[in-house]
Amino acid sequence: MAKVIVVTSGKGGVGKTTTSAAFAAGLALRGHKTVVIDFDVGLRNLDLVMGCERRVVFDFINVINGDANLNQALIKDKRNDNLYIFPTSQTRDKDALKREGVERVLEELKQQFDYIVCDSPAGIEHGAITALYFADSAVIVTNPEVSSVRDSDRIIGILSSRSRRAERNEPPVDIHLLLTRYDPGRVSRGEMLTVEDVGEILSIPLLGVIPESESVLRASNTGTPVVFDEESAAGRAYLDAVARFLGEQREMRFVKPEKRSLFRVLFGRA
Amino acid sequence: MGVLNFLFPPRRKTAVIAKERLKIVLAHERAGRTAPDFLPKMQKELIDVVGRYVEIDDDMIRVTLGKSGETSLLEINIEIDGAKPKKSPPPIANTPSAAASVKSG
Repeated sequence: MAKVIVVTSGKGGVGKTTTSAAFAAGLALRGHKTVVIDFDVGLRNLDLVMGCERRVVFDFINVINGDANLNQALIKDKRNDNLYIFPTSQTRDKDALKREGVERVLEELKQQFDYIVCDSPAGIEHGAITALYFADSAVIVTNPEVSSVRDSDRIIGILSSRSRRAERNEPPVDIHLLLTRYDPGRVSRGEMLTVEDVGEILSIPLLGVIPESESVLRASNTGTPVVFDEESAAGRAYLDAVARFLGEQREMRFVKPEKRSLFRVLFGRA
Repeated sequence: MGVLNFLFPPRRKTAVIAKERLKIVLAHERAGRTAPDFLPKMQKELIDVVGRYVEIDDDMIRVTLGKSGETSLLEINIEIDGAKPKKSPPPIANTPSAAASVKSG
């Protein structure tokens, strides 16, 4: 049975699109047929992060409106056969994302895919609510920083009251915490909330900790999901998170300050 | 060490401050999320009633919905310490006549 996963946060700029790209690519690398959908109507960016911006012909709104069929709009990833990208529209009409239309498209995608990853826009407006409404699972992307934690709490409240599962009194959305931009050095100096602090405050299970890493910007510069960078600590942390999502036990890495050798300080890559 | 701490008091770790602030604000917001819709209106009416007798500010009355074990607890805190009594409390419409009719009946 296909699973709909929403990647959401409330706050902007915490790494939803980076996470959506990395998570979807990670699921594809594990052999699951996966599509990643951009729900941020008007501010399309998933295509750039996935490196397929020049291959966009039809988009989500075209399919909802019946101007194109699903297979015309889906973009097959060139690096992994299991991975597809479904770009959004650049229209300024934010309400173009009609709930019934989205439901129809998701039902059609469920026939073809194992996992449907929904990249939510920031905020708690129409687009964000539509992105989370049909979710079976949610990945809450949070930075160890007060405004991000507060907004995550808000979006968790919305997931448990306004999602379709909540409205229908079905088993609740399976909610996971993904802590991103974590800096173990600053945490050890008492300058940043610890992973335990954030877990305790939000009281949802921890899926993973992604360390602050230069490789994330390098990945978006080149339009490559960071999991394809085998050197990257962030990439490996995302693959661990995907493995945990699939039910594996993995020890948390990258949560302690790294001892850097002189060689790494001089020539190292993050 | 004690002398050093006295001379140069260690700065409180900012992460600890962040955690404390978050816990307080989220406890407040979570309570507000599950509260029934009538709460703000009731709070306003309570302020009106109390305000007929003493001069109070809006922030001197707090209505919170909490939980004590299994029971939901509606807590109303009115701070009248230092509030000036009004000179002549205005009569509340209908009440005197209603009381009179009970007596006569």
